[in-house]
Amino acid sequence: MEKFTIHTGTAVPLRRSNVDTDQIIPAEYLKRVTRSGFEDGLFVAWRKDPQFVLNQPQYKSASILVAGADFGTGSSREHAVWALQNYGFSAVLSSRFADIFRGNSLKSGLLTVILPESEIEAIWEQVEKNPATIISVDLVARQVRYEQKILPFEIDDYTRWRLMEGLDEIGLTLQHSDKVTDFERKRATFKPVTLTN
Amino acid sequence: MATTLAQKVWEDHVVHRASGEPDLIYIDLHLIHEVTSPQAFDGLRIAGRKVRRPDLTIATEDHNTPTIDIDKPIVDPISKIQVDTLRKNAKDFGIRIHSLGDVEQGIVHVVGPQLGLTQPGMTVVCGDSHTSTHGAFGGLAFGIGTSEVEHVLATQTLPSAKPKMMAVNVEGVLPAGVTSKDIILALIAKIGTGGGQGFIIEYRGSAIRALSMEARMTICNMSIEAGARAGLIAPDETTFNYLKGRDHAPKGADWDAAIAYWKTLKSDDDAHFDLQVDLPADSLAPFVTWGTNPGQGVALNDVVPNPADIKDEAARNSAERALVYMDLKAGTPMKQIKVDTVFLGSCTNGRIEDLRSAAQVLKGAKVSQNVRMLVVPGSARVRLQAEAEGLHEIFLAAGAEWRQAGCSMCLGMNPDQLKPGERCASTSNRNFEGRQGKGGRTHLVSPLVAAATAIRGTLSAPADL
Repeated sequence: MEKFTIHTGTAVPLRRSNVDTDQIIPAEYLKRVTRSGFEDGLFVAWRKDPQFVLNQPQYKSASILVAGADFGTGSSREHAVWALQNYGFSAVLSSRFADIFRGNSLKSGLLTVILPESEIEAIWEQVEKNPATIISVDLVARQVRYEQKILPFEIDDYTRWRLMEGLDEIGLTLQHSDKVTDFERKRATFKPVTLTN
Repeated sequence: MATTLAQKVWEDHVVHRASGEPDLIYIDLHLIHEVTSPQAFDGLRIAGRKVRRPDLTIATEDHNTPTIDIDKPIVDPISKIQVDTLRKNAKDFGIRIHSLGDVEQGIVHVVGPQLGLTQPGMTVVCGDSHTSTHGAFGGLAFGIGTSEVEHVLATQTLPSAKPKMMAVNVEGVLPAGVTSKDIILALIAKIGTGGGQGFIIEYRGSAIRALSMEARMTICNMSIEAGARAGLIAPDETTFNYLKGRDHAPKGADWDAAIAYWKTLKSDDDAHFDLQVDLPADSLAPFVTWGTNPGQGVALNDVVPNPADIKDEAARNSAERALVYMDLKAGTPMKQIKVDTVFLGSCTNGRIEDLRSAAQVLKGAKVSQNVRMLVVPGSARVRLQAEAEGLHEIFLAAGAEWRQAGCSMCLGMNPDQLKPGERCASTSNRNFEGRQGKGGRTHLVSPLVAAATAIRGTLSAPADL
């Protein structure tokens, strides 16, 4: 995974709440067995509308998505994260994310940042007024910055460290293999197994 | 210290704990299907890693699979590649798989419990958000993404931050015609699709204890629609009776040891919940959604709400958009809404009791000539059981289609889809825009409402017949 420290770019305002994973990427795009090339499915139903914000030329090169509350509700499909990344987004800002989507994003290196609803509203107004507004999403300082504004955000130390170092989480867990083996020795014998000899 | 059921199960699975890190949790059962696993297996190959515990892993084909002509090759070439990829991965990594045509094939969340693999006190994960279903047995079960699937395959553990605890109390007796689907739809309408975010929900109260295992699974299944990654119910005699004698249930002395442990699995009387929600059973009625998220629901006797009455701006905008998409007008009685399609099935309501309750309503009746009804059993075993009981004859005589097992029209990944503009009463779990097919419109309902709606052609309860 690539290291994430500070991302600086322009933003696109997605003034919708409850953006579910079927809107981010519909099921028909999930049949692929690869991890890339999902950008064509991103918001595909909404992108058919020329007025849709992603189709507006002033937001073409935006790399930060600013969305309404409850972004990513629904399915556990990590394809939703990949589609956003494949399309060119590095960070998503919202006042609330669905749990599984947030977990997936932070595993895959898409930084999801929780800000108060009023600040999301303020960013929407700013980037609608001036789409060229430069926004910095600073994981090191745990801040979102634009114009004169400095917005602190929370993220736990462990996840921040893992993202900043670009660490393979499986590798980290494998360092505890002995503990896993110990745990397995003590597991109750009545627990089921799927394979029988 | 007094603890909740979820905390007990959590503590019993901590492999490694260190300050400033998420707990490393052991996973007792990992369920796999074709959609969210291929990239995980690729990841293992690239890193030269093996599956640590193939014997705690099981795969089935469900999301993509056709529900007709299952004896022929899958027509959609991309679906076929995905299913073939799962078969190859299962073979290469030594994982048990139930493929299309196998008697144990079916929706992953129907198959696990049916085989007796889902048991109280276990941790169960799957790359599917409806893994919460398995919490009905009194374990911790949650959906994971593909990165986590790879993590569990490689290590049989998952680093997890401890969620907060919510209690949903449903005390009293459910009125006639009100099912567990109505309980969960009413709960989601009350707390919203984000209401459970960051929580594990424990469903409690006399109305919950009175439910069968299958009805409990329906409730836990839709915990995710309330925003909660997991939902669970304390195990009791109903749970034990369901499990006894199943293929993978403990036997002999193991059974006794298991029961002794399972009986300890309940929240302490003075356990602390971060949030309590009361939903009195006698206040509930058959419930149905009108919008495009599962929280946009009302009682079937009610009318389409007026967005202008919604105070919260984001919710109001969302309701306005939903009414446009759904082509509905505020104030329209829900029972006047005509449907083209009825879908009975899914991991929410595709079990034998669901089919029985719908068949009871449809017996001797006809599906309205304007309606197409699809009955898709949750698993091949459910289908066989239904056929043994003659339920398929009731469905067929009524004019419904009797299909093979799979996820089918719940998410329309296979050919079972709505056409643009079509309106469906569906026993599934999500009414998102386009979920059941591009431009399709979904109303979430219970199997009883689905069956009555099929007969009348408008959203209806059996009492309306």
